[in-house]
Amino acid sequence: MNPTGPASSEPPHGGLASVPEPTQAGSTAADLAQLLRLSGRGDEAAFAQLYDATCARAYGLAVRVVRDPSQAEEVAQEAFLEIWRTASRFDAAKGSAVSWILTLVHRKAVDRVRSAEASTRRDTTYHQSSQTVEHDSTAEAAQASMEARRVRQAMDSLTQVQREALELAYFKGYTHTEVAKMLDLPVGTAKTRIRDGLIRLRDTMGVGQ
Amino acid sequence: MNESLHALSGAYVVDALDDEERATFEQHLPGCLDCQREVSSLREATALLADDAALTPPPALRVSVLAGIKTIRPLAPETGRHASITNLDADGPAAQQPADERAAKVLTFRPRGARFARMLVAAAAVVAVAGGVVYHPWTGDSSQSSHLSAADQVLAASDAQQHSIEFNDGSSATVVRSAKEGHAVLLTQKMAAPPSGKAFELWLRDAQGVMKPAGMMTTGGDHKVLLKGNSLKATGVGITVEPKAGSDTPSSEPIAMFELGKSNA
Repeated sequence: MNPTGPASSEPPHGGLASVPEPTQAGSTAADLAQLLRLSGRGDEAAFAQLYDATCARAYGLAVRVVRDPSQAEEVAQEAFLEIWRTASRFDAAKGSAVSWILTLVHRKAVDRVRSAEASTRRDTTYHQSSQTVEHDSTAEAAQASMEARRVRQAMDSLTQVQREALELAYFKGYTHTEVAKMLDLPVGTAKTRIRDGLIRLRDTMGVGQ
Repeated sequence: MNESLHALSGAYVVDALDDEERATFEQHLPGCLDCQREVSSLREATALLADDAALTPPPALRVSVLAGIKTIRPLAPETGRHASITNLDADGPAAQQPADERAAKVLTFRPRGARFARMLVAAAAVVAVAGGVVYHPWTGDSSQSSHLSAADQVLAASDAQQHSIEFNDGSSATVVRSAKEGHAVLLTQKMAAPPSGKAFELWLRDAQGVMKPAGMMTTGGDHKVLLKGNSLKATGVGITVEPKAGSDTPSSEPIAMFELGKSNA
């Protein structure tokens, strides 16, 4: 700030963290890729923008996987620090910035649930856990976007087994072997269901072509 | 293409492989263009799933992430001929390593637990260096909070509310207030130095609109100041330029004014 200049014209506001999450349409993939590139050069302001554009998806994903909001916060923090550190390794030719970011967040979240003494998590049955996640009282209201509705519709187009396998793996952090057991599938078929489900989701949404 | 390995692509993308399978797949990946294409396209599909999970994180996360990056040097870009598929992290998947390093990497492949432990150490170091923008106990040691300064306890408080102003020159200032801790803290980043012979004075504005002195900052740069006075009843926080000795009432228009609204006390 410039102490000798006139009073700042920027209106005070309730903190950037309360800025609504832009939808993917609002912050284009190119914008995010550029912010990630700038972050790789040490541009903290660019990283702050990148954080604002992706934090709700990153934190929400972490909450889905680890469930405990304070642990999810730790996971998200570790992930964002890692994103900052490794931003120069992002290659836009290989995929979008948001998928790169969420891949990193997801892996950290899965690492956390698998390395934790998972007793509290493992002794809840699949059915109990699948019902409580969506109604987590500690979580703030989900920010539904147009995109999210489209994704839900695309998910509805999967077979039930594909959808369940995908959700258990992605949102609950189980291995495909564990998923097979939970869904009473022959060993080795859950990975196929997961892959088939993702392929259908990809083709329905028209991404990654 | 190896069919049985190829079939792992979906599970790989959603992190549903165990450590051994993951290592096997990541060794296979650099040499298989089909798998590379499939993995990257399925990653795009996977990312869409997170849209539905979006939740607004607590404001403290932003504060701690942005404080944390100040102490971390971004890695240099990779310059090797072998471009990586995932580029996830420097010590991670073998798939990212140039072929000659890959062999060595397999030998030093550590169990996930060790990697996680190192991550915790690294994270703890970040906290120490970041000047204590600590808001969660990585170590699970609840006595930790007693070592925090009053300002850090405000930043760490679960009910902390923050109000930020970013300026055109790239500097920023944030007021964080916690009803539980009964205080407010002003954080500045990259603030310009005060004019010669002057200092910044901080003010709390009470419900009647009266500005009361709440502290001084004699230099620019990054500061963390616990505001003096009744922060909970304050309706605003102001910064003015004053003589070095400070003033009892503001002698100039504020260079920054935070509107706090009601404390959630």
